[in-house]
Amino acid sequence: MAIASDVLVVGGGLAGATAALAAAREGADVRLVSHKQSTLSQASGLVDALGYVPHTRAEADDDPTATPTAGRTGIRDRPDPDGPLVDPFAAVDRLPEGHPYRLVGTDALRAGLTLFDEVVDGYRGSHTDRNALVPTFGGTVKPTARYPDAVAAGLASDDRPMLVVGFRSLTDFDARQVAARLEATGVPFPVAGVEVAFPAAFRDDAAVTRFARALDRDEAIDGTPARRALAAAVEPHLDAVEGGAARIGFPAFLGDDAASAVRADLADHLGADVFEIPMGPPSLPGLRLEDRLYAALEDAGVRYETGNPVVGRELADGADGRDGASGRVESLLVDRMGTEVPYAAEAVVLATGGLVGKGIHSDREGVREPVLGCHVPHPAERYEWYVDDALGDQPYARFGVDADDRLRPLDADGAVQFPNVRVAGATLGGADVAREKSASGVSLATGLVAGREAAAEVAR
Amino acid sequence: MTGHDDSDPEDEEHHPAPGVPRLGRDEQEAVYGPDDIVDPPEAGIDPVTRATGPTPDEGTDIAADGGTSASDGGGEPSEVRRASSEPRSDGDLDPANYDAVDVFDTGALDLRDGSDACYKCTSCDTSCPVAEVDDSFPGPKFQGPEQWRLKRKEDADIDPSITDCSNCMRCDSACPSSVPLSQMHNEARGEYVDEQMAKLSREYVRNRILSNYRFFAALASKTPRLANFVTGLSVTQWAGEKLLGITSEREFPDFAEETFREWWRDRGGAQVSDPDKRVAYFHGCYSNYNTPEVGKAMVRVYEAFGYEVMVPPQQCSGTPMFANGMLADARRHAETNVEELVAAIGEGADVIASCTSCSLSLRQEYPELFDLHGIEDVAEHTFEALEYLRIHEDLGGALADAELDGESLAYHAPCHARNQGLARQARETFADVDGVTVEDVGDSCSGISGTYGWKEEKYETSMAIGAEMFEHMADVEGDVGLTECPTCAMQMEHGTGYEVKHPLQVLEAAVVG
Repeated sequence: MAIASDVLVVGGGLAGATAALAAAREGADVRLVSHKQSTLSQASGLVDALGYVPHTRAEADDDPTATPTAGRTGIRDRPDPDGPLVDPFAAVDRLPEGHPYRLVGTDALRAGLTLFDEVVDGYRGSHTDRNALVPTFGGTVKPTARYPDAVAAGLASDDRPMLVVGFRSLTDFDARQVAARLEATGVPFPVAGVEVAFPAAFRDDAAVTRFARALDRDEAIDGTPARRALAAAVEPHLDAVEGGAARIGFPAFLGDDAASAVRADLADHLGADVFEIPMGPPSLPGLRLEDRLYAALEDAGVRYETGNPVVGRELADGADGRDGASGRVESLLVDRMGTEVPYAAEAVVLATGGLVGKGIHSDREGVREPVLGCHVPHPAERYEWYVDDALGDQPYARFGVDADDRLRPLDADGAVQFPNVRVAGATLGGADVAREKSASGVSLATGLVAGREAAAEVAR
Repeated sequence: MTGHDDSDPEDEEHHPAPGVPRLGRDEQEAVYGPDDIVDPPEAGIDPVTRATGPTPDEGTDIAADGGTSASDGGGEPSEVRRASSEPRSDGDLDPANYDAVDVFDTGALDLRDGSDACYKCTSCDTSCPVAEVDDSFPGPKFQGPEQWRLKRKEDADIDPSITDCSNCMRCDSACPSSVPLSQMHNEARGEYVDEQMAKLSREYVRNRILSNYRFFAALASKTPRLANFVTGLSVTQWAGEKLLGITSEREFPDFAEETFREWWRDRGGAQVSDPDKRVAYFHGCYSNYNTPEVGKAMVRVYEAFGYEVMVPPQQCSGTPMFANGMLADARRHAETNVEELVAAIGEGADVIASCTSCSLSLRQEYPELFDLHGIEDVAEHTFEALEYLRIHEDLGGALADAELDGESLAYHAPCHARNQGLARQARETFADVDGVTVEDVGDSCSGISGTYGWKEEKYETSMAIGAEMFEHMADVEGDVGLTECPTCAMQMEHGTGYEVKHPLQVLEAAVVG
């Protein structure tokens, strides 16, 4: 068949892109297929490595205070004993066995971050091993390893007075609440939130992308260029914070293609540093990261296509292998609007996401990995998939494919299920990335190893 | 040949070769006129009908609709799959043992699963080109799952903003939960047009005319030079805008002096015969009436790869009709297309289309909206022309030694190509060919969306959406555009003055010479 490559990567998120880049750097001919538009558009654009080590006392039993609510600011009865981590690398040893970081090691994490630094510009944080603390739209501070230029002036370790600006039309972003929560976390600077009316010309529930476009193009709003109009709306509030605003945080809608020019113009008009506070989806920092990653894929000669799902596989022995069989995967079947088209490859990287990203599927019958049919360990009894404490240490959060240290998927007996397959990112089990604040780091570290491994498999 | 009942009294000679049409240029004229289904009481005075075709009362042979047996002059709306919010009255639910979802009989088209799958992430709204430039448009999330839920209440009308959706279907590819957004929009639009739109309104008449482009193209093609002259007159454009709300900003496309089907007939149909390697070409209206060079390129390329090409009788794919809520019109055309294509598939052919909206319609919208015999078969066997070669032939090998004459092309991926996962294929195909550079002009929608950009009140929105594409086209090296979609090509030309080619034409130059 005509559609063939050395390495076939399934999944277009951070893990898939990293795997594709890593494999291409090893000289492999790489194709990446992704079912839907990448979910990076829903990501914060922050690159975390490890922010917390959720720790549970073995003897806890029913004691709810035994499970600290890692990373969930504002929950006072169960503070995290380790707090936000200063050095993510130093804490990897304390993660549970089987955690992806334990499989690939801190060297892989470093290499993954280095790869990221090399291909994605406009990010900071590579000068240090220490986590930066970035304010989020929930008023928490997130420990993060790499962060976009756009958020740099907002770091919580900086002690200059901060003004947070919100808009009535952006209901997901309450500036006063963000400021109050930041204050409650004990940040070392005065902070105040104000809500301004900007700009009347937009409809009440206009999307952030609409604002971004207007600022990008500096469109005239009621006769005034958008950037100037925004500055004029904020100007009367500069003294709302004690000492006067030295830096001003906006919800992350300050332009898309022209983001740095938008920030510079605003800073000029306002006489203060301007930064963005990452928001929920749709997230402009996520969209910008997506653009940069796909440009990097392009530069690396990776062919990619989006729009059709991988629905099955063909094994070397001719079995279509939908029955939990094992063996070398010869090709994947891509459903092109009703027709299954085989894509042949020497090696496959599976980076389809986890339960949220739909790379792991669960229903009343069980939990499974739908593309290749990799084994996903989980209790047969459905009531054991979760614990009653909503914010507790949920077993389902760690559901995913088990892998060996070369990231080959393991079957129920612990044997390698598909020798030429590597698994990366949230498809792997063992990490509770939401609590640990480790999603990006896991994707980078395992994506890098999976990509290199896949390229090596081709050479073999 | 079976399944191609298009015998022509003027052409008695039997052609044994598969797929050779035996009719002249109007062998399958679309008479969409009488439509007692859409609006029974007014059918006789439907102004569009009166102007262009016979009414049912006249009892004329409306089955001349393509000269094909499937055509009955109109589909039944009851056959269009419709969701119903009627509670079940048959009392067949065992109150002690039923799933909550069984309480409502949602009809053949149950969109509830899709509606439930929406978790309001707003990815669709972010990807919607109309919402990006039009503050008053509520976006695909509202138009789809939210409106679908509202409709469960019987007194809820469809929001008129549904007509502001251009049916680019980008929301489908953006949705991480596979919510069938465009299907919901098509449904809602059909319901809106059927039940809420005045059939005598200028907007309805205009939309009907625009969506039945094929009918007028068939007429115009009879006297292409006259048609080109008339459509080029400023008075025609003035009248189009004043009377019908068709923007005078655009120039009507030229009609070819020889249609693709005429050319095909005159050359004697297929030049290659191979029962094991057949394709049925769905040329669509545009490459038949306006750009036959695309159809010819397709034939020459495929014959170079040893394919026997069939050209079954066919109607409009329905894309403009879906976009205008004219589901009954679309269904009538679909009946012919499905019947003819099923026959071709029965003879061992796969269906290929050179227009990405046509292929998307056959692959996705048909099975989503209609319940016709063989419709799934057609969907499964349909491919875009370049896609099919990439899957079945060693295109890379064939292009390895090709050399072109130094062309730099500004490629725009049509939204309907994106939806099929084809956004990258033109670039990939020509990446290693000497003498041709294909540069992508970015992710933005071209903005014209078929008939959308032809409407006076949508023209500015259309151009605002296209602005980014025009800028990117100006930024790249070449002054020639490249795209698969005929209306995207129209917009590219309109916005930049560039000549625009179809990838098949580049492939023809490389493979056939």
